[in-house]
Formats: sequence, C-alpha cells, structure tokens
Amino acid sequence: MSTTIARTLDMKGFACPLPIAKTAQAIRELVTGDVLEVLATDPGSVPDFDAWSVSTGHQLVERTEEDGVFRFLIRKG
Amino acid sequence: MAATVEAVREATRDSVHVPHRKLVIMAWSGDLDRIWPTLILGTTGAAMGMETTVFFTFWGLFPLVKDDVRITGDNWMQKLLSTMDRPGLEHVKLGKMNFAGAGPAMMRKLAREHQVASPKELVELAKDLGVKLVPCQMTMDLLGLHRDDLIDGVEEPAGATTALLEAQDAITLFI
Repeated sequence: MSTTIARTLDMKGFACPLPIAKTAQAIRELVTGDVLEVLATDPGSVPDFDAWSVSTGHQLVERTEEDGVFRFLIRKG
Repeated sequence: MAATVEAVREATRDSVHVPHRKLVIMAWSGDLDRIWPTLILGTTGAAMGMETTVFFTFWGLFPLVKDDVRITGDNWMQKLLSTMDRPGLEHVKLGKMNFAGAGPAMMRKLAREHQVASPKELVELAKDLGVKLVPCQMTMDLLGLHRDDLIDGVEEPAGATTALLEAQDAITLFI
C-alpha cells in the first residue's frame, strides 16, 4: 500500500478535544485505505491518538515530531 | 498513560473490540465548569466511535435553551426561576468563582487564547458526530420549557426509563 496522503488536517494550536474530534470528522470523508495526515501541537494528542486508534480501528501508521509539531499518519480502517 | 494504551492494545490485539461501545452522560448541572467537560467527553466518545447519548436533566436543561430566549416558563414560579438563572449556553455561570459573571468571562477568554473549543462549538460538533442530546421530559414540565425554547437538533424529550435503558451496557457518567 502506498503512503500517498489523501488529506492533511492542520490542528496546530488547538486543544483537546478538537484534534481528535476534527480527525473523526475528516476521516468520514475518506475511503478505507486512505491516509490522513494530522498536524498538532497539543502534547496530549500523543496518547490520545494512540487511544483513538485502538478504539476506532483506524491504524496509526506513523508518528513523528519536529519543532514541537506532532505529525500523525492515520490509515482509514 | 502510555502503559494504559499498551494494555488496551494488548487486550484488543486481534480485534478492535473494546468493552464499552456506548457512553451515556447524565448532564445534571447548568454550570459552565460541568457542562463544558460534559460536551468535551460527549464529542470525544462519538469521535471514538462510541454510541453517545447525553441526557439533560434539572439545571442541565437550561444550557439547551436558545440564547435569545430570555424568560421561560408558564407560571410566575417558573418564570422567576429563569430570571434568577438565565437560560442559554452563552449565559451559564461557573460553579465556583463566578464573581457575578467575571469568572466565566475570564474562563472564556482563556479558552479562546488556548484554542479550546467553546461550549457552543462543541454542541455543534457533538450533533455533527451523532451525539444524541436528550432533554428530560419531567424537567421540561417542571420548568415550563417547551420544544421551541430549545436549540435545534435535540432529540425528543424522554424519561428516566429511557435513560437507564440506554445506560445498561454503557459507560455512565453523572456530571
């Protein structure tokens, strides 16, 4: 499977629960297998995206951090 | 936190099944510092794929009233209640440190600065994510509230039996 990014959601600066809630909204628009990129600065989003992935079955394929910006790649399950 | 997530992951390795797929919140309070976390948890539950219902009862019902509805109620007692505790999400008070409205104003300012979603924004998100917002019929009668006093997008009013039936196999919070 390719890692072509279907959509990017910029949640930099936003606090809980917006990064997760907006991600849930965004992923509805995608089809299974699509990859959503989410950018966030809320440190709480790190455990939250783990928990969200476990709960929803959407796979967190990559998580990186650069200059305080977390980048999550999520493949729609 | 990481350990907890690992434990959940371990327990759900072969499937995406987690024990509770439903969340029921009894929103009893009309205080900003209770209604806010209620809406945060409600939207998050729905975002996690949980079937989420919030029952609004007693003081919890006033935040569901439209902001431009000044006085509610059919008789003088109900009307007096609504003048003492103005309905509407824009007018809710803090449970502590209210300082005649200065507390909530500061709280909302801080929230804007930290880009925390406002209660109003969260209600819209909740509705969009499929959270069921259910007014308590008995409280509607008690306070003299009518369907057209309430914001759009709420469910038909229901009773305690409906609430408890929903709660049977759900995580249940009373806030």
